[in-house]
Order: sequence, then C-alpha cells, then structure tokens
Amino acid sequence: MTRDVVVGFIPLLDCAPLVVAKEKGFAAEEGLALELIRESSWASIRDRLIVGHFDAAHMLGPMAIASSLGVGHLQVPMVAPLSLGLGGNAITVSNALRRSMVEAGAATGSDPRVQGEALREVVRAREVRRLAPLTFAMVYPFSCHNYELRYWLAACGIDPDRDVRLVVIPPPLLVDAMREEQIDGFCVGEPWNSVAVSAGVGCIVTPTTAIWRLSPEKVLGCRLQWAQRDPATLAALIRAVYRASQWNEAPQNHAELARLLAEPRYVGGSPDILLRGISGELRLEPGGVAHQFTDFYIPARQAATFPWVSHAAWFYAQMVRWGQIEASEAHLELARATYRPDIYRSAMTPLGIDSPAADSKIEGRQPLAGVIESTHGVLQFGPDGFFDGTPFDPDTL
Amino acid sequence: MQDDKHPKEPSLRILIVDQNAMRASVLEEGLREAGYCNVTVVREMQNLLRRIAELDPEVIFIDLENPNRDVLEQMFQVSRCVGRPIAMFVDRSDADMIEAAVDAGVGAYVVDGLRKDRIKSILDLAVSRFNAFDKLRTELDRARTALDERKVVERAKGILMKERSLSEDAAYALLRKAAMNENRRISEVAQSVVTAASLLR
Repeated sequence: MTRDVVVGFIPLLDCAPLVVAKEKGFAAEEGLALELIRESSWASIRDRLIVGHFDAAHMLGPMAIASSLGVGHLQVPMVAPLSLGLGGNAITVSNALRRSMVEAGAATGSDPRVQGEALREVVRAREVRRLAPLTFAMVYPFSCHNYELRYWLAACGIDPDRDVRLVVIPPPLLVDAMREEQIDGFCVGEPWNSVAVSAGVGCIVTPTTAIWRLSPEKVLGCRLQWAQRDPATLAALIRAVYRASQWNEAPQNHAELARLLAEPRYVGGSPDILLRGISGELRLEPGGVAHQFTDFYIPARQAATFPWVSHAAWFYAQMVRWGQIEASEAHLELARATYRPDIYRSAMTPLGIDSPAADSKIEGRQPLAGVIESTHGVLQFGPDGFFDGTPFDPDTL
Repeated sequence: MQDDKHPKEPSLRILIVDQNAMRASVLEEGLREAGYCNVTVVREMQNLLRRIAELDPEVIFIDLENPNRDVLEQMFQVSRCVGRPIAMFVDRSDADMIEAAVDAGVGAYVVDGLRKDRIKSILDLAVSRFNAFDKLRTELDRARTALDERKVVERAKGILMKERSLSEDAAYALLRKAAMNENRRISEVAQSVVTAASLLR
C-alpha cells in the first residue's frame, strides 16, 4: 500500500534531505508517495500546515516551538521528531561595512570574536558621528538566524535592540536589498551568503558554526494531531528523510545533490554556488579563494538528525532573552515537548539505527572530539562549543 | 447584509500587497463597491516596511505566494517599526476564517483591537474576490486559448487558399473534413498545416 504524504518546503540548502528522499527513492522504499510543495514564506508554511494542506514541512526549529506556544499566531501544537541537519548559515556584510570593519581592526578571516569587536568599533564610531544605526536582516522572528545573530552581537558588546536595527527580509530579496544599501548585513542559510559573495555585493564575516559549532537549524515539523493520527506514516517519513540525510553526507554525492537542488522546482540557481554550502568550501569575499570550513553544514554525522530536547530549551531561552515570551515553567514545558526524540527512536527501530541514549545534553560543553552514550553503545560526537566559551545547561532554566 | 453596503468605517485604512496587478484591482474594486474608500495597493516587493510605516494601515491583505508575508510577521514582534502592533487572528475561534483565507490564497493582518464583526465582513469580501479572480483567470486562459486557435485556423485557411487556389469557404470545409476524418479538432489540423507549410517553405 502506498501512502500519500504532502510536505511543504522553502528553497534553501537544507531542504536537501526532503528533495533526496523523493528523488533518490528513499520515500518510495518506505511506501510513501511524497509530494513536495515549494513555498515562498515561513508564514505560509505554518498556515498551510495548520489548515491541513501539508502533512509535514521543512520548518525553522523555533517556529515549531512558537506555534506550540501560540506566540504571534494561533496556538497549534506542533512536533519536531527529526532535525534536518546542523549549521549551514553565515553572517554576510556589505562591501562598504566590510571596509569599515577592516579599518577597525578586523583582519581577514572569519573569527567571530575578532569580526564582532571590529563591528562594535564601527557601531560606536557611527554613534559618535550621529549616523543612523546599521541595519541587519534575518529571515523570520522565530528563527535560528535571528537568535544566532543576536547571540553574536550581544557577546561582542552590541545591543541588538538598541545599537543596530534588525529587520526581516525574505532570502531571495536579501542580495538586492544589500546592493541597494537598504541593509548593511544579514544572517541567512545557504546558498544566499554565497550568492551575495558571487554577485560581488557582500563578504561573509563568519559562518554561524563559528559562533556555535554544532548549532541546530531546520526540523521536519508536523501538527501533533497528525503525528497522533497517523504515526506509521510519520515514522516512514522520518526513516526516508533520515536515509536521505545519510546519502547527502557522502562526499561522492555532493555534486549530484548540487545539481538536484539547482533545478528550478527546488532551490534553483547555480549548482556551483550550491556546492559551496554543501561541501563547506566557502569563498568569503568577491574574487576570494575558497576556504574549507569543517562542520559548516552537517546533514547526518554528529547525531545531526536527532531532535535534542536541549535544542528546544535553547530556543526557548532565546525567546525569553529577547522578550518574545514570558519565562514560565509552562512555556518551557510546551517548548520541550515540541521536540520528540521518542518518536525519532521508535521510527529508527526497524532500521536498527543507533540513536543518542539521552534526550537532552549540555550544549557546547564538548570542546574535543569524543563519544556520547547511545542506544547501542556509543556514538562519535564533538567537538562542540560556543565562541564565547559558555556552555548552555538546559537544567538551569 | 445592510452593514456591508454602508460600512461604519468607510475611512478604514486598507492596504493590498499583491504583485498581481489584476488580482489587486479586483479586490480593490470590491472594497470600494462595499464603501471602503481608503484603499491603497502596493505591488513592488522592496521596502515594504517603510511603505507600511508611511501608510499606517489598519488592515493588510497580502497574497499567499508573496515572500513579504514574513516581513509582516515581524511586526508582531517589533511594534516600534510601525505605529502599533498588528495581529492576524490570534484567537482559536478564528480557525475557520484562516482556513477560508488560506484556501483562497490570501493572508490578512489586522490592527489589534479592531472589532471582530468588521474584520469578518472585510475578510469574507477579500476571500470571495480572490476566489472570483481565480475563476476569472481560468476563463481568461480559456478565452486566450480560443483566440489562439482561431488565429491558427485563419492562417491555415490562408495557406490553403494560396496553395490550392480555394475560396475561403472551401478552405475551411477542407480543414473541417480532414478533422472529421482523422477524429481531431479543426485547430489541431490547422496547426499541422501551418507547421507543414513552414517546413516546406
């Protein structure tokens, strides 16, 4: 029996496991007829999930939590039983801002501390000269990009709500907005940073994996109601996307993946530029040479598909920190309950896949490569860490 | 409903954000007919936030395919960008309204505190206009196809009249006979004639 599943996605690099699940037959092997529908805004992804046009979707992790909490919109409980990889984002600034940062001491390179301190000097100098604050764009209020950008700015002594302006601009419009000098910088997923560099419009100052090495990103999200009504279909979908993530991990598949994503019905654009994010070989500035960034985008290794409850707790902590929601035990519980390692593990059982034994961990505590306990023994894990050296312990919330 | 013909707030500031000029004007016209005079249409994609700050709308309609929906969503969070916070439907009882809107392909954002019955009638109007536009578009596509077919038939007739020295009626009769014999549409046969003639030229 074939089961129909409709999944919405946004044209970004990390929709890759969904595309590969369909195109390389992993969904069909699980008995799924997977239909992928391309959307143009996160708001539409959420709305079409809520009204049932989509069974599941490519979602921002914090967006699934916001929906469960009912912030900014209807309260509709969502679940995130699978992570669609780690990392894949970067912060890019305009050529003009980059020049000012270099004058303020940012050497070439991408160290977030060095870059951030130079940016702080630029911000202070503009204040003294009574110039308008710099404008940075991100893609959605409840997004990893918003929180990573704020985390970096704040840790470098820049108040993201007072010292700069933060605006939302959809990814496909970012490069034009930078060219037209409406914005001075942005934090977005690939391929858009590389598109800006390739267009000669901006320079990557840091990949966000330099801010938090094993930072979470998108999830496979669905309504709790659908997960409860059709658990077998959800489990089959999780397995198909998991196997697609493994396929994406293998370097020999990277060129084919770039060509697949470059098709106009998926992400579109140039396969060469998509390959930069897939392989972690980024060019930081127009005409610059390629740098290899280890762990820039991780489809499957490092337990990258596991929905850590501590990721949900970190997102909740950022929502509280930046005033999007009141801190409360009830809110924390709703946020934690959105991430579902239990559904992940039970879906993996038929494949005999090893999973982390714990649901939660202290984030960013493991500075060296090592292992974590798993259902079958141990799993390779690490290094991980935040650039300011402060781990995040979800139990201290 | 009498209320729809004589809205209590004809000056309600309504903004339509749609890249599709025709659909935007279908909605704008509907709103004006219902007595709302303060309607603005924005088609460009850039700088939406600045336009909104200038216009200070109380109701915003935006097509669902528009990536700028996420720009509007930020206004829930950053009310300092505009005069006051704007909320879509934040109440569970609004689920049916959202469903109708999403099915029609229109998103709606409404200033917090606007009376609910007023919102409902305006949204119903937007939903029905978006649905009407969809119907109109289907009809237009059909009309365009019919027009294209007529043009092909005219060209095929011209070719036959010239090559075989036929009258216009005789040329048409020949096309029709070939179509009946081959169980095809006249426009398909005509297209074959036009293609063949261009190959033989």
